Amino acid sequence: MIIEAQGLTKTYQSKSGPVHALAGLDLQVPRGTVKALLGPNGAGKTTVVKMLTTLIRPDAGTAVIDGIDVVRHPKSVRRIIGVSGQYAAVDENLTGFENLEMVGRLYHLGGAAARQRAKELIDLFELTAAGNRPVKGFSGGMRRRIDLAGALVINPKVLFLDEPTTGLDPRSRIALWDVIKRLVADGTTVLLTTQYLEEADQLADDIVVIDDGRVIAGGTSDQLKAQIGGHRVVVALVDAADGAAARDILARHGSGQPSVSTDGRGAEVAVTDGPTALQNMLADLRAAQISLHDAGMRRPTLDDVFLKLTGHKADLDATDDDDASGPKLSKRAQAKRAQARAADADATDLEKVT
Amino acid sequence: MSPRHSAAPPEPTTPESTTPEPTTPEQTSPQQGRDEPVLARGESRVGTLPPLPTWNPFSLWYSDGWTVTKRNLIKIKRSPDMLVFAVIQPIMFVLLFSQVYGGAIAVEGSDYTQFLMAGIFAQTVVFGATFSGAAMALDLKEGIIDRFRSLPMNASAVLIGRTNGDLVLNTISMIIMMATGLAVGWRVNTSPAEFLAGVGLLLLFGYAFSWVMALLGMSVKSPEVINNASFLILFPLTFVSNAFVPSETLPTPLRVFAEWNPVSSLVQAVRQLFGNLGTAPVPDIWTMQNPILTVLIGITVMLLVFVPLCIRKFASISSR
Repeated sequence: MIIEAQGLTKTYQSKSGPVHALAGLDLQVPRGTVKALLGPNGAGKTTVVKMLTTLIRPDAGTAVIDGIDVVRHPKSVRRIIGVSGQYAAVDENLTGFENLEMVGRLYHLGGAAARQRAKELIDLFELTAAGNRPVKGFSGGMRRRIDLAGALVINPKVLFLDEPTTGLDPRSRIALWDVIKRLVADGTTVLLTTQYLEEADQLADDIVVIDDGRVIAGGTSDQLKAQIGGHRVVVALVDAADGAAARDILARHGSGQPSVSTDGRGAEVAVTDGPTALQNMLADLRAAQISLHDAGMRRPTLDDVFLKLTGHKADLDATDDDDASGPKLSKRAQAKRAQARAADADATDLEKVT
Repeated sequence: MSPRHSAAPPEPTTPESTTPEPTTPEQTSPQQGRDEPVLARGESRVGTLPPLPTWNPFSLWYSDGWTVTKRNLIKIKRSPDMLVFAVIQPIMFVLLFSQVYGGAIAVEGSDYTQFLMAGIFAQTVVFGATFSGAAMALDLKEGIIDRFRSLPMNASAVLIGRTNGDLVLNTISMIIMMATGLAVGWRVNTSPAEFLAGVGLLLLFGYAFSWVMALLGMSVKSPEVINNASFLILFPLTFVSNAFVPSETLPTPLRVFAEWNPVSSLVQAVRQLFGNLGTAPVPDIWTMQNPILTVLIGITVMLLVFVPLCIRKFASISSR
């Protein structure tokens, strides 16, 4: 295990009483694997990353990275890790190149090596044309790439990616996934946090689902999906009167009970073999002369995971206790949350197309 | 060139880096990179880990401090609004006070312009320190502090770089102000050595005060707060002093505050060193009788108290 954390605890005081950002979280990451921490805002994901990257100290518990205790030897830990956060932490006034050179110098590579490395990374991340312009003028996706490059200035033993694609549009997100996939292809150990099941699925070998500062489930993406029932088939009926008949057909081909929307026109069911189930359902619906507005398949989202694992929906409106400065909800957190919802919707749309 | 291998040996020679790394075929191929996977699968990474720095602590500290200072100098160069503020404001103050109030405020034993300039210099270096506060608050908000704190750099480097940036900005402001002052009739009546000592005292005071403001900047919740907070500190400090009017003219409580105000000592010391005191009697208070010593004590105390406080604070802050 290159990352070994036990009983990590962090409590913040707020006006309404103590907020448990982490309540005894255990985490093991084997060397050379990609682990995703999946959870809604306020689950404690960022707090875990900040503890492991020596930015905040746990109230209780221990964490060791490559045999080095993060609390006792933070500086040694910093020499072997790379961190890329959810807000691209780059200096707007510096160019992409200058940002990376500065990071290299602060890793003590020395001037010449820092410049050479900066140049390589700029080329590698396909920012050659923009590399000598101040970051101020970069798009969101370009900033993320520079930030990610900053985490790779040394070849870190462990790479931390805290919500690497939050707030990006679907296209930039897929492009960044591509970059990350290429990075992890050689076996870099990565700890990734995300609110998107899709993202964890795409990038991670192993997923840990956390809620309220605790691990509530874990396993490979397939194991988790098996647990929550894989794809969903969603149909929208023209006539609500067909609801009962449609539900029977969905139940016949799905796994588990279909859920019906409040207006009686939408029905949804988990399926094991998505495409086949969809074909069969459509054939049966047609035979029963039930007309449809829409029909499609979607992958399970974080909401589905939470509904299944906790019996409640992923509470995106919960107080954001990831916030190290206290549980008060900032405008930024609200905006982020709105973006997260929009991005989830985007991801769902993309699924339908495929 | 393959990035996995290229980051390794830093300039300072370590036993590991004296032996050339084994080259792999991928490494020697110049086209490699774009279309290939970013990092080829199975590449050995053991030999490429960053060696522990073998620099001595002082050169590490110096290098880190200089690296961050450079960042702030580039910032000054690239954000003209900051420079304009630092240049226009002192010109405005010199002209406003000397031309608008100059005729109305009579100063015993001196003409008002001679009296005023030391006050404007002191005010400017103190105001200049607010850049440190605002910049620390902004860096914290934007997450750059998190980036710095996750690097194996010296904990004081960000603060040193920041306060050095203020020092440079203050030096630029000082040159502009002096030129403006000379244009409206201000003169230095002492030796070059005394003149330089006065300038040094001003800049050093501003530098020490930058650390005070940096601590404030790291303690507030948002960059917007820092501006309001700074003004609550700066206005009383600079205006309830002998900077613009002789402190004897103030009502007793304000007069006592002004006489013990470190900014007053700074102004008094600078007037003395520039030969702008005139013939007015110096208040019979120790701080006014020994202004240079008072200022030096003030600078020492500020640095001894706030440098450690700032470094300790920096080691525990994180964005959001």
